[in-house]
Amino acid sequence: MSRVTKFSGRDPGPSARVAGFMAHLRDNGLRLGVAEAEIAMAALAEVDAVRPEESCRALRAVCTGCKDDAERFDDLFDSYWMDMGRVKQKVVPGQTSAKNDSVHSSRDARGEDVASSGNVTAPDDDGGEANSGGTGKLIATKQKNLAHKDLRELVRPEEIEQAEDVARRIGAALRDKRSRRRIAAKKGDSVHFRKTIRRSLSTGGEPLRLLRKKRPDRTRKIVAICDVSGSMSVYSRVFLAFLAGLMRADTAADAYLFHTRLVRITEALRDKDAMRAIGRLSLMADGFGGGSKIGPSLMRFSETYAKRFVDGRSVVLILSDGFDTEPPEMIAGALQKLKKRGCKVVWLNPLKGWADYTPVAAGMVAALPFLDAFKAANTLADLMALEKELATV
Amino acid sequence: MTWTDLKTALAGDGYVASDDLAVALQLALSLGRPLLLEGAAGVGKTEIARALAQVRDTRLIRLQCYEGLDAAQAIYEWNYQRQLLTIRAAAEGGETGKAVEDRIFSRDFLLERPLLAAITQEVAPVLLIDEIDRADEEFEAYLLEILSDFQVSIPELGTITAVTRPVVILTSNGTRDLSDALRRRCLYTYVEYPDRVTELNILKARCPDVEARLADQIVGFVQKLREEDLEKTPGIAEMLDFAAALMGLGIADLTESPAVLQSTLTTLLKTQSDQAQVTPEVAGRIAGKAA
Repeated sequence: MSRVTKFSGRDPGPSARVAGFMAHLRDNGLRLGVAEAEIAMAALAEVDAVRPEESCRALRAVCTGCKDDAERFDDLFDSYWMDMGRVKQKVVPGQTSAKNDSVHSSRDARGEDVASSGNVTAPDDDGGEANSGGTGKLIATKQKNLAHKDLRELVRPEEIEQAEDVARRIGAALRDKRSRRRIAAKKGDSVHFRKTIRRSLSTGGEPLRLLRKKRPDRTRKIVAICDVSGSMSVYSRVFLAFLAGLMRADTAADAYLFHTRLVRITEALRDKDAMRAIGRLSLMADGFGGGSKIGPSLMRFSETYAKRFVDGRSVVLILSDGFDTEPPEMIAGALQKLKKRGCKVVWLNPLKGWADYTPVAAGMVAALPFLDAFKAANTLADLMALEKELATV
Repeated sequence: MTWTDLKTALAGDGYVASDDLAVALQLALSLGRPLLLEGAAGVGKTEIARALAQVRDTRLIRLQCYEGLDAAQAIYEWNYQRQLLTIRAAAEGGETGKAVEDRIFSRDFLLERPLLAAITQEVAPVLLIDEIDRADEEFEAYLLEILSDFQVSIPELGTITAVTRPVVILTSNGTRDLSDALRRRCLYTYVEYPDRVTELNILKARCPDVEARLADQIVGFVQKLREEDLEKTPGIAEMLDFAAALMGLGIADLTESPAVLQSTLTTLLKTQSDQAQVTPEVAGRIAGKAA
């Protein structure tokens, strides 16, 4: 039996199918415009489009823009074109409700759960698995399973807005660091002598125009690493909202989650629909709320991602309580390695907000010598208050 | 030319491309779009541009990006020294005014940098913009303009429009995330480390003299080494160096002499901690598995 999807006889033809596929990709968070659909058509004309693997290669080259997307692409391709011979009823997705259909969330705009399950945009059934028999789209599903907690239950849209504001301020406080060097600038604070003398040659050695220079602001990149293990679950809500806000406010920021392993969530959080971003996150953070392996996770970070994304202009924000199931030397080793890249390390610990808190957790004690700042953070308000203190890091 | 023809042509030139890469290249050629290649260092991103230029029998124009790269180094610059000398000479010769001005702002005094050179060629060249992630974001914006219009405006001369459209290949190592605008304009392929069969083909294409058994061992060894927890994973170029070193020493079997194997590892391991980690025992174990 052919695996290729059968399309209904009434649909308008190949171009509509490609347009439908583009919409399918868009629904799954790939950022594609009208121009891409046009190139996709042209690309299909160039290859032997009858053979699925060739079409897949061609479309992958056109439609993806980064490694994460490229890795997901094959599944998305199969779910649309290789539907095991099932008949696809509707090629072009219609507007099914008055709501904005580009926002796929099982909650309505006020953040309340939509009462009926299994509508077009959220193919849930009681088992918690996406129903693969229907014609629904492949998107994040709401899971009832505790080990597979849906982060959307923790975070509400209005919080993200608030967090975005906080993240923007903290970002601004951390980000601009004046350079030691000066560069030419129209409105500078001192005279750029070399340039002035050189320019004076064209006026016969007479320095008619004084050129200036200033210390430019060098932007610093924020890398946030959030602990979502069991001991942190009370605070996860604040921190996840903060991360989502940070990613939306600062296009250069980078975010990671860890519990027993480390996941990069930057691409997922960049989704233009905030709630869908959190939904994608829950799929990635499988095992959320379990044990924590801070040391190995940080070690993995400093051995892999840090090599690409952390340099002397980065600030690494670690959001964790420091309760580790692994030996504390791991944390010290990982942080030492991380510090060698020249970055600043800021640890935000929710427990520090408690009265009479002393960092007794062995992991925390091991980490302290390597931190540039060690602050408390339980609520969004606390995070907001950090703005001034972090500016001096 | 279909992508299979392109793949064969590239293979004839010593570049073994994966199917994904061949299709993307073919599309880049036929649709006239830039191709963005990402992947770890040493998987052959830069090499593909050289091979493509060979296959198409055109020039390869390369722009190596670095932090602080600006328009003067990437597009064009006036030859100031020559202009000054000409002015001086003209003044002594009694020539003044508009004539001199026209002369010193003519094409003769223009220093073409890679981007301008690429659009003024008679035969469409291959333009390689290497390690675009190292350049500043401002430069990326400038590049976008050139890649979409294929023309350069020079205030003194007017607009220079492309005679032929170059084939543009961009490479990135992912030291920073590229802007969405740039990604959208390009076709994209992530180049992985080659699998065992592909890498064996590469080795055979590049070093035809190497014996089949040794070639198999070399590729197996490097593939296993990539699975180790190393700071700098060896790429294809390192693998070829390794093969060349072994052949130079006249080794016929990797497991035959641990001391020689260890000394040739300098071609594969490029940091002190990696060298410390792969001790003779570890190397022997990997070689044993690969054999």
